[in-house]
Amino acid sequence: MTATTITARTQTDQPLTVAGRRFRSRLLVGTGKYPDAATMVATLDACGAEVVTVAVRRVDLDRSKEESLLHHLDTERFFLLANTAGCYRADEAVRYARLAREAGFNEFIKLEVIGDQDTLLPDVAGLLEATKVLAAEGFAVMAYTNDDLITALRLEDAGAAAVMPLASPIGSGLGLLNPYSIRTIKQRLTVPVIVDAGVGSAADACLTMEQGVDGILMNTALAAATDPVRMGWAMRHAVEAGRASYLAGRMPKREVAVPSSPVTGMLRPRSD
Amino acid sequence: MTSCPGWYLSPMQTVDDPAGELTLQINGEARRVPAPASVQALLAYLGLDARAVVVEVNQEIIRRPRLADTPLADGDSIEIVHFVGGG
Repeated sequence: MTATTITARTQTDQPLTVAGRRFRSRLLVGTGKYPDAATMVATLDACGAEVVTVAVRRVDLDRSKEESLLHHLDTERFFLLANTAGCYRADEAVRYARLAREAGFNEFIKLEVIGDQDTLLPDVAGLLEATKVLAAEGFAVMAYTNDDLITALRLEDAGAAAVMPLASPIGSGLGLLNPYSIRTIKQRLTVPVIVDAGVGSAADACLTMEQGVDGILMNTALAAATDPVRMGWAMRHAVEAGRASYLAGRMPKREVAVPSSPVTGMLRPRSD
Repeated sequence: MTSCPGWYLSPMQTVDDPAGELTLQINGEARRVPAPASVQALLAYLGLDARAVVVEVNQEIIRRPRLADTPLADGDSIEIVHFVGGG
């Protein structure tokens, strides 16, 4: 096989598609908490990401001369996915989503309705209500949720364009705490499943993609790494490796050993 | 009560400020600003790029095409938001 044939066989995959829109990368990246704008931009580049999340906040009128985030992000290259971070009520999240849409980039929203300040776990009732309202207004709702299958199914019923179960709490870096739950959610849902929150290391990212999910959203894993740009490279390859591993079909697990070398053809044992 | 000598109930007076200023609630703070003709004028006064922000007046989003012809009144509550880094 030529190198190009091998490449074609190992890298063929459908693109990530959400609400009918195709994306180049299964790694979605947040823009928060970087040490500076230059590091953020270099990290996004190293990740090979297309979708980047942004938050909606009041303009600081005393610092109106400071460069806005949009000054640093090439909006031709990056798809801005606004979030409703910090919202604890459905009506609040709906308000933020409408404001975000008015910025004029797209109709996608990463919906967060939070129930608890320490864990940042979602308020499921509020999340479902906001999903219904926003889906009816034509938003492509990508809903940040917990790893409960029933909640995920209800979100899909409510009109979510994608369901985004957490691996572990936001910013915790604890990795994929419940692979079974994530695997089950992916197997049962029709809409894309993108794991959002808690990934800390490249191994976490790879393991998460190996569950079969459609993508991963991460922020702190990059921004809080010692070398965010290098970590961006690592995560890009981890996501690709995990995806390929999943598509390749891993070997079965056995609880006994199965030799890799032939058991026949051994030399006769010496008799002396 | 009018039985109290020298005590008058005077009507509420509304006087246009001769300087043509409005008091507006902007992002949670009361500010006196020279009366802007429109939301767009207010943004210019504040040094903001209208393309980079989204504006609510009295909890109603003002769509981009309407920024220049949406007037402001004394006491209006305005929220000006933009995209910032976030996860």
